[in-house]
Amino acid sequence: MSSLSVDVYPKRKKSYTWLFFLLPSIAIMLVFFVYPILLTFFYSFTNLALTGEAARELKFIGFDNYARMFQDPTVRISIWNTLIFLIGSAVIGQQVLGFLIALLMKQRNKTFRRVIGTIVLAGWVTPEIVCALCLYSFFGDEGTLNAIITFFGFSEVTWLFTVPMLTIILANIWHGTAFSMLVFQAALDDVPNEIEEAAVVDGASKWKIFTRIIVPYIKGTITTNMMLVTLQTLGVFGLIYAMTGGGPGNSTTTLPIFMYNQAFVNYQLGYGTAISLLLLLIGIVLSLLYIRSMKE
Amino acid sequence: MKSGKRGFWLVTTAVLSVSLLFGCTGGKGTPSEAGNPEPGKGGETAKKTITVTFRDDGIGENGAFYKWLKEVSASYPDKSVEIKPTPIQASEGDYFAKVALALKSKDTAPDIVTEDTFILNSDASAGYLEPLDEKLAAWEDWGNGSFIEAMKKGVTASDGKVYGVPYNTDSRGLWYNKDIFKQAGLPEDWQPKTWEDVLSAARTIKEKTPDVVPIWMNMGKATGEATSMQTYEMLLYGTGERLYDDAGSKWITKSQGILDALTFVETVNKEKLGPPLSKVLNGQAGNTASREYLPQGKLAISLDGSWITGNYMESGAAPWPEYKDVLGFAPMPTSQGQDPGSITLAGGWALSIPSHSKNIDEAWAFIQYALNKENTQKLVMASGNITVRADVAKDPEYTKMPFNEIATEYLKNAEFRPAQEKYPEVSTQIQTMVESVATGTSPADAMNKYAQDVTRIVGADHVVEK
Repeated sequence: MSSLSVDVYPKRKKSYTWLFFLLPSIAIMLVFFVYPILLTFFYSFTNLALTGEAARELKFIGFDNYARMFQDPTVRISIWNTLIFLIGSAVIGQQVLGFLIALLMKQRNKTFRRVIGTIVLAGWVTPEIVCALCLYSFFGDEGTLNAIITFFGFSEVTWLFTVPMLTIILANIWHGTAFSMLVFQAALDDVPNEIEEAAVVDGASKWKIFTRIIVPYIKGTITTNMMLVTLQTLGVFGLIYAMTGGGPGNSTTTLPIFMYNQAFVNYQLGYGTAISLLLLLIGIVLSLLYIRSMKE
Repeated sequence: MKSGKRGFWLVTTAVLSVSLLFGCTGGKGTPSEAGNPEPGKGGETAKKTITVTFRDDGIGENGAFYKWLKEVSASYPDKSVEIKPTPIQASEGDYFAKVALALKSKDTAPDIVTEDTFILNSDASAGYLEPLDEKLAAWEDWGNGSFIEAMKKGVTASDGKVYGVPYNTDSRGLWYNKDIFKQAGLPEDWQPKTWEDVLSAARTIKEKTPDVVPIWMNMGKATGEATSMQTYEMLLYGTGERLYDDAGSKWITKSQGILDALTFVETVNKEKLGPPLSKVLNGQAGNTASREYLPQGKLAISLDGSWITGNYMESGAAPWPEYKDVLGFAPMPTSQGQDPGSITLAGGWALSIPSHSKNIDEAWAFIQYALNKENTQKLVMASGNITVRADVAKDPEYTKMPFNEIATEYLKNAEFRPAQEKYPEVSTQIQTMVESVATGTSPADAMNKYAQDVTRIVGADHVVEK
């Protein structure tokens, strides 16, 4: 053993091979990640526009876009909507539901797991826009849901109009739950049966086993999954845009929808980039919170 | 030996990865699918390709413009150029954004683009379009009165230069279904004199024929410019108020006229005289009204544009041969019946040449041919629009088309949207304001929010309250 360590040490000292190996990925990160972010950062301080005088002459306007953002009541509404959408569909919906499905499927027979798993997975493999159209026609005025409830004698409800936020939350849950389910399935399979059995022998209740063994065991997975699902959900655009277009009014306008509207409907690209940075900031803050909670 | 092999793999991997990177960035240089296929690149005297970009609203090659373009390019005498349609399939709002993006770059700019006159001014001040004054001066048709003089205003930007050749215009009014009017005991030759007349007709319809939507106006953000122009501006201008005070060069952000217009929207929704909000706040609302509700006898009155009859022709999206007899087109009255009695707003479209076009001269030559009397007439007749050419307006074949004469007559009192660069942005605030009133916000609150937002967009020096 000792001869090996002597052998390896001088080699490490003399070379920066690791840097060389990393170069391609660093280059890719620089070109496709760092550079666009820096560019976005720069544009957020300009009056960049899609058309009109400002499109001809790019001007540096300092913090105007940010000042405007803080004064704009729609920004507050959008942040609020984004959080509701995030908590409703990602944290509570996908995470909890995905976990429950995974837990209930644990140690069931193979056929059962396969059938249920495939059904849940169907929502996930459906492309976002197809999913949006399916759920649009499900919740639509003459949609499946209304057909069902009128069959039972209830009167029609204009779901997309009366409870728009709920419809997009349900749509996102339907679309994304499978991801959490898969992650949790893998994690739960790693919980050693012996520990659980030992706990049962010691007389622990099911609830105790759940809170004291299973949850602590997969805590890391919960945090990681929370982060992934959060970041995915923060960026959801197509689903909402196709189902409600951010309306009626501003009731489903999340930050990505608001950003799109400012950039491509109002042609204010500069303002749009400032909003995108706000979105990035929210993502970073939430990720840091999750990571911190994992360390505790 | 071993380390030598490692070195080899190392270098290979690095080279491959880096070349991948170049592959990615190299992609930028190739033209996008909607753009130019780099005309005449091979030194031979290859045919020059003139690309024409226009909006396809979802019916593809069956669209009136598409068919017309095919026909005109087939008969175009100059065989050394090939006319290539490069439609953009998009909703109206998305079309303007996509066009602006395409015009920004040399790689994607088409040679000819259809521009709505409301965005033309913005695109011109962005430097996207080629001024055509010199070319127009040499074109006989432009100077000899063939084009209706008033229509040239729509293609003149704020710098006084002309940036497009108009090919159609439109007027707006109240379409109504005579069969439903008869059932409800209302006159088949309906001529409302005030807004109250319109509302009372709607109330009668609601009472007598409860299954029918009494009146449809676009009221959502999703219907974009249709909400601003067909609904709000028709109402606002009918109160005698305007969007923009030309004399003081200021946007009017608060006025009794704004309140009155919004109150009309409020009344329609409060009394449930309008369509269900879930239908009207949808991006497809305009098509739902004109292609479904109106022909199916589910809608009595529709405040809409003169072009909707284009849908009902044999080649249209919703053929309805009976429309000639069933539909009536009444002028939209002013609020109290004050002068001039009725009001309409006129818009329209033009062919422009992007400044990034590589074939400006060839494009111009084609425009002159495509918009001569004969070809313009074909286009407006197929699409159900109103002509901008005086010689077409007199042509018996054009005047015998149902509603053409009456729609053209409304243009006498026509108003245009402000030729202001900020108009498109203000317009989206109008849509927000109208939708908020439709969904229950009070007119006063909605107006205050509008005033705030418009002030932020145009600056406090450029607004006025009346």
